[in-house]
Amino acid sequence: MSKRLVQAEFNVERDPERCIQCQVCVRQCSNQVHAYDEEAEQVTCDEASCVGCQRCATLCPTGAITIKKAPPDFAPDNNWTSDVIQNIYRQAETGGVLLSAMGNDTAKTSWWDNILLNASQVTNPSIDPLREPMELTTFLGAKPNAVELSFDDQGGPSLATKLAPQLVLSTPIMFSAMSYGAISYNAFESLARAAGQYGTFANSGEGGLHKDFWPHGPNMIVQVASGRFGVDIDYLKVAAAVEIKIGQGAKPGIGGHLPGEKVDERISQTRMIPVGSDAISPAPHHDIYSIEDLRQLIYSLKEATRYQKPISVKIAAVHNVAAIASGIVRAGADIVAIDGYKGGTGAAPTMIRNNVGIPIEFALAAVDDRLRQEGIRNQASVVACGGFRSSADVVKAIALGADAVYIGTAALVALGCHLCQKCYTGKCNWGIATQDPYLTRRLNPDIGARRLVNLLRGWSHEIKEMMGGMGINAIESLRGNREHLRGVGLSDRELSILGIKAAGE
Amino acid sequence: MTSTKYLIIGNSAAGVGCVEGIRQTDPQGEITLLAKETEHAYSRPLITYLLGGKVDEAGMAYRPADFYAQQRVKTLLGVEAAKVDPAAKTVTCADGQVIGYEKLLIANGGKPITPPNLPGSDAPGVFTFTTWQDARDIEAYIAANAVKEAVVIGGGLIGLKSVEALTARGLKVTVLELAPRILAVTLDQDASDLLAGALAKAGVTLMTNTTAQRIDLAGGKVSGVTLPDGSQVAAGLVVLAIGVLPDLSLVAGSAIATERGILADERLATNVADVYAAGDVAQALELISGERRSIPIWPNAYRQGFIAGVNMAGGEKIYEGGLAMNSVEICGLATISAGVTSPPEGQGYEVLTKLDPKTKNYRKLVLKDHHLVGYVLVGDVDRAGIITGLIKGRVEVKGLEEKLLAPDFGLISLPSVHRERVTAGLGVWS
Amino acid sequence: MKRIVAKEEYCMNCRLCEVHCLVSHSRSKDLIKAFRQERGEIVPRITVERLGAVSFAVQCRHCDEPACVEACMTGALSRDPVTGEVTHDPQRCVGCWMCVMVCPTGAIRRDKSGHVAAKCDLCLETGTPACVANCPNEALVIEEDND
Ligand SMILES: Cc1cc2nc3c(=O)[nH]c(=O)nc-3n(C[C@H](O)[C@H](O)[C@H](O)COP(=O)(O)OP(=O)(O)OC[C@H]3O[C@@H](n4cnc5c(N)ncnc54)[C@H](O)[C@@H]3O)c2cc1C
Ligand code: SF4
Ligand code: SF4
Ligand code: SF4
Ligand code: SF4
Ligand code: SF4
Repeated sequence: MSKRLVQAEFNVERDPERCIQCQVCVRQCSNQVHAYDEEAEQVTCDEASCVGCQRCATLCPTGAITIKKAPPDFAPDNNWTSDVIQNIYRQAETGGVLLSAMGNDTAKTSWWDNILLNASQVTNPSIDPLREPMELTTFLGAKPNAVELSFDDQGGPSLATKLAPQLVLSTPIMFSAMSYGAISYNAFESLARAAGQYGTFANSGEGGLHKDFWPHGPNMIVQVASGRFGVDIDYLKVAAAVEIKIGQGAKPGIGGHLPGEKVDERISQTRMIPVGSDAISPAPHHDIYSIEDLRQLIYSLKEATRYQKPISVKIAAVHNVAAIASGIVRAGADIVAIDGYKGGTGAAPTMIRNNVGIPIEFALAAVDDRLRQEGIRNQASVVACGGFRSSADVVKAIALGADAVYIGTAALVALGCHLCQKCYTGKCNWGIATQDPYLTRRLNPDIGARRLVNLLRGWSHEIKEMMGGMGINAIESLRGNREHLRGVGLSDRELSILGIKAAGE
Repeated sequence: MTSTKYLIIGNSAAGVGCVEGIRQTDPQGEITLLAKETEHAYSRPLITYLLGGKVDEAGMAYRPADFYAQQRVKTLLGVEAAKVDPAAKTVTCADGQVIGYEKLLIANGGKPITPPNLPGSDAPGVFTFTTWQDARDIEAYIAANAVKEAVVIGGGLIGLKSVEALTARGLKVTVLELAPRILAVTLDQDASDLLAGALAKAGVTLMTNTTAQRIDLAGGKVSGVTLPDGSQVAAGLVVLAIGVLPDLSLVAGSAIATERGILADERLATNVADVYAAGDVAQALELISGERRSIPIWPNAYRQGFIAGVNMAGGEKIYEGGLAMNSVEICGLATISAGVTSPPEGQGYEVLTKLDPKTKNYRKLVLKDHHLVGYVLVGDVDRAGIITGLIKGRVEVKGLEEKLLAPDFGLISLPSVHRERVTAGLGVWS
Repeated sequence: MKRIVAKEEYCMNCRLCEVHCLVSHSRSKDLIKAFRQERGEIVPRITVERLGAVSFAVQCRHCDEPACVEACMTGALSRDPVTGEVTHDPQRCVGCWMCVMVCPTGAIRRDKSGHVAAKCDLCLETGTPACVANCPNEALVIEEDND
């Protein structure tokens, strides 16, 4: 066997003054980095397989462990960085496709950071959210062009217009699609429970909905994706809304693959495929080659759900996103979800994750503009997703035109994810992106749901604070209100696509 | 004549258990407890520890000094019962007083066996060793006569515990055991061998397949022991520890049925109305055989007493059956054994053993029809109770045999019904 | 009474409960000192068992009818009739291992240095069960059962 050239990515340092040889690290690292040498009565380590997940360092009771990024010190080079070189070594050794997980990690700007929010001074008063009512309730679904009233004999008014079905959110934040299979049962349960407790929605992802989770149906959006996993009439019936998944920001244009090893009894029931068989989602829906085909599927689903549930269509943000979104709305979707190029995934080819698609900021601005120009903005709600990191990102997205956002990575981080980006190995040390029963039990859904609810509460509170500062007391008044945004460090072209003024203007 | 609602004869494990059992059910009813011995309820098994200097007099107390006051029990200590008259519902004492009862517990324990035809066995310097007073007497005798060597006749539990105590006091001890090995009743050959090794290491001389022919005297006091082969062992002190028998003197000639002990049913009642028996004096259900046997051990005495107490006070509690078991640590080597440890050949018993030559840890399991019926652990005895629980709970262990032999065995491999029961704090009885 | 309940579906075999139980019963109450200077003298009163992916922690269940109390011949073990807590007084314990012989959960260990039995005392000295407080996944919780 020839010598491997790939070097360790992390240094695992153990402070001998602190280590008490309790072996907690040995039992917690699924990558077998730590081991106990019975003879020497000492914990040893093999850093080569460390993925930097920080599990051991977090659980070590004495804080003896420090995990440090170890960029192999190749000769300094701005193009041939150590990551680039190591990737080539890897491929030269395996001949395979480089895989990654979570969102695009290359050091490109997050445009949210170049957008700043407004606040009231002198001319209009700001509002204190602790003293005055502040409305974050969000309705997702088609809104009528106009409402008509009818009056009874006594002249009492009532609504004559029939309203389209709506999802009612207590805050404009939902959990994005993460399938049971990609994430663990306990992670899924945490999301579903938190959505219910906080009055928002979680998304089943494309892997179906296990019967255990049916009680969470009123707070679940279920997906219909190219693999059609787990789809039957009951699945559609238990959910609050149905989402057709066309694409995903992390890997636009390609499908998905859940390896057979992960398809255990429960996942097999959920996906409705045999135990141990690979779950392959084709790149396209083989019955959708045009907007007309999409319209057929949308209406099939509306029929199946008796026009009582909003139908969403989720796409990746790609070059012609505005035109595509317009087509989707015209095809009858009640919600359009747009996933930017920083959206997360459980597994994607690295090159695709890092190079395909466009940022959500531009996509969202373009879609909102286009729908307004065409006079169909009211016909569908727009949900933005892909890399939302904080309540400030959410507020900016809403001001840019989104009705609500989906958070995925942020939710997983709340559950303990340390973004080691190795979800595809199935060895998630935090019990999130794994089906290994030794690991999945590490996520207690009581704790998970509590942490997610806390996150939603914290962000919602901050959103209210920011709105109050702007003198706005309802999220409706912030939506598409780009006057409250200013850009810094952006070119004229970027500003014009985003439809915002530069700071100082 | 005085009379009382509850009368308890005996102030030891069974007597105390009875008081606690009655009080759980009847907080008020008048209880009178009498005992021949004068001491407050003490731990009989600690008498050897006391002699060995491992506990002091204060440490002998089995219950706090104010226990009987707290439980509202009238005690008559130093009062010996002489006769039970179940027809008259009275107990007559040696000092002449007569006590009437509504409910009676006989828990006067056992009495040490003295060999009938052993010349010299009544000489000064020859002792049995079952009471606190015996411990005091032995200690005083050693001091007064500057005894350096002792012979212990009997290699059973009490004998070996005596050996330990005497060794701790600096005496050179020889053990005579009639059987081919020590603790022959409770342990198997391998475990006996391991213990014998530990004794030898502590400087104890062990002679098996032999006993005392005669106790030699010099100046009216013990000077040694002559064995059947004529050889002599010098000793200034002899301890007779060849066993205990239920003390049936109280019921002799009465209507109360006895065999080896007083026969007690599953409520610990005797054949005579309102008379109960518990502890070493009783012969009650044995778990594995399903027969009535006397098993003179502390845990059984307490449990029998407790259950008898509940039933005497009008409660309803059934005795599940006792299990012969013992934990003996001699010269630093711990052994725990229970149930059938040396099963007869060819009666369908299955025996599994494991001896770690390095650590000298030994495990032996005896099974019948996929149920544990006994075990022996030597050395690493931790968590032995899990195995005891499997025997008591009659849990089927098919397929678990190897796991039970492993040193790190635990609850996790056990059938979940049993596991959930014990981890819920419900014990093993169903 | 109050009971510590182990939730095996969330026990992740880290054994931090054992670590902190040991510290809670050390002289120093300091992690590093307890392990460096006192390990061997003191034993954790909780044991994590593992079989494949499943693990759970076992400590005294404070049984309704404690076999250990029945078997204890010195009176070192007793059950508080009011709180239901089963306590062990090391001062009165002679290390006869009768309790070890009968505890159906194997919750009593031999503290070999002191030659006394050691079992969960619900962390009497510090007041909060260290295992519950330090279980990172809430696999140990205190439950009140009223009977
Ligand atoms: C040295 C020694 C070591 C032992 N070690 C162990 C051990 O390690 N493990 C174990 O399980 N068991 C051990 N045993 C056995 C254990 O002590 C007995 O099983 C237990 O004491 C039985 O309790 P009991 O209540 O039935 O009777 P006993 O303890 O025999 O008590 C009898 C009570 O009755 C009183 N009494 C007797 N006769 C009369 C009368 N005529 N009138 C009034 N009162 C009377 C006595 O004063 C006493 O209070 C040991 C015994 C001895 C002697
Ligand atoms: S968890 Fe920490 S203290 Fe324990 S063995 Fe590992 S490094 Fe040492
Ligand atoms: S992979 Fe995670 S748990 Fe393992 S050594 Fe690295 S940081 Fe620690
Ligand atoms: S600390 Fe909690 S999770 Fe860890 S081993 Fe103990 S009970 Fe299990
Ligand atoms: S030590 Fe064992 S027998 Fe005693 S109360 Fe605790 S679990 Fe029950
Ligand atoms: S409560 Fe305290 S003594 Fe009991 S197991 Fe937990 S840490 Fe140990």
